[in-house]
Amino acid sequence: MRVKALHSPGHIRTPAYLRGREGRLVAHLLDLPDAEAMAYGRREPVVAHWRVRFVMADLWPGYDGDPTDTLTADLAQGWLEPIAEAA
Amino acid sequence: MNHEDDHDHAHTHGHSHPTHLEDEVATGPAALAEAVISLLVGKGLFDAAEVDRMVADMDARTPAAGARLVARAWVDTAFKERALADVNLAARELGLDTGAIAIRALASTPEVHHLIVCTLCSCYPSGLLGLPPEWYKSRSYRARAVREPRAVLQEFGLELPPGQRIEVHDSTAELRWLVIPIRPAGTEGWDEPSLAKLVSRDSMVGTAVPSVGRG
Repeated sequence: MRVKALHSPGHIRTPAYLRGREGRLVAHLLDLPDAEAMAYGRREPVVAHWRVRFVMADLWPGYDGDPTDTLTADLAQGWLEPIAEAA
Repeated sequence: MNHEDDHDHAHTHGHSHPTHLEDEVATGPAALAEAVISLLVGKGLFDAAEVDRMVADMDARTPAAGARLVARAWVDTAFKERALADVNLAARELGLDTGAIAIRALASTPEVHHLIVCTLCSCYPSGLLGLPPEWYKSRSYRARAVREPRAVLQEFGLELPPGQRIEVHDSTAELRWLVIPIRPAGTEGWDEPSLAKLVSRDSMVGTAVPSVGRG
């Protein structure tokens, strides 16, 4: 999937370095209160959160760790959009 | 200076302040916190004694609780599976109250080393580890852990063995992560309290690994 490259105003819990990036769903975590709504005092809506895995070398040009190194983040469903599987 | 300052400045707004907030003049964020607490107490949302109880509750939480959970996971595979599914539930088996926020665990293996960070703020499994260390909250750690984790680990004195990949976890939701490190070699037959002593706070964040003989 791809993380939407949104720049909406207000409180955002999807870090800028992941927006617009492609990763893989690892697992459904929990249905959790949307932290972006919680910032304004709302416990609703409760939304599905997914653990999404990114390859470090895809995130950071010139990454000099191991090419298999990865990063995961816990992202709300609304930030994710499906893409065609890479060949 | 005018004569107004000569007046007695006794509190007239109808409540007491926690004594620890009055020891010195608060500045910056501390002043803001004191002002907000004062307003909320004034509104009657909670009282000063409740604030003190919450502070005491958080101060009472230490990494020893997390270390107990890890030690149990090392000796009991079925418990480890339950901890990997739901730390809060598994901790309850040990009589540990982990608070309201969901905590999940990741077990490091010879193939993958897990490291926890919160780039957005300082999300941390406080329910099991207590308050986070200063470095965990620093901009430097938060920025670098996701960008050059191996360099960060080296500065903590940790060099991963060849063939072990690193997986960094950015805590971006209402969920906290805890690392179950690898049980060190040479601890066969040890009892749980002895094993728990090997489990440092940092090893449950992923910036250290437990070992025998180095504490």
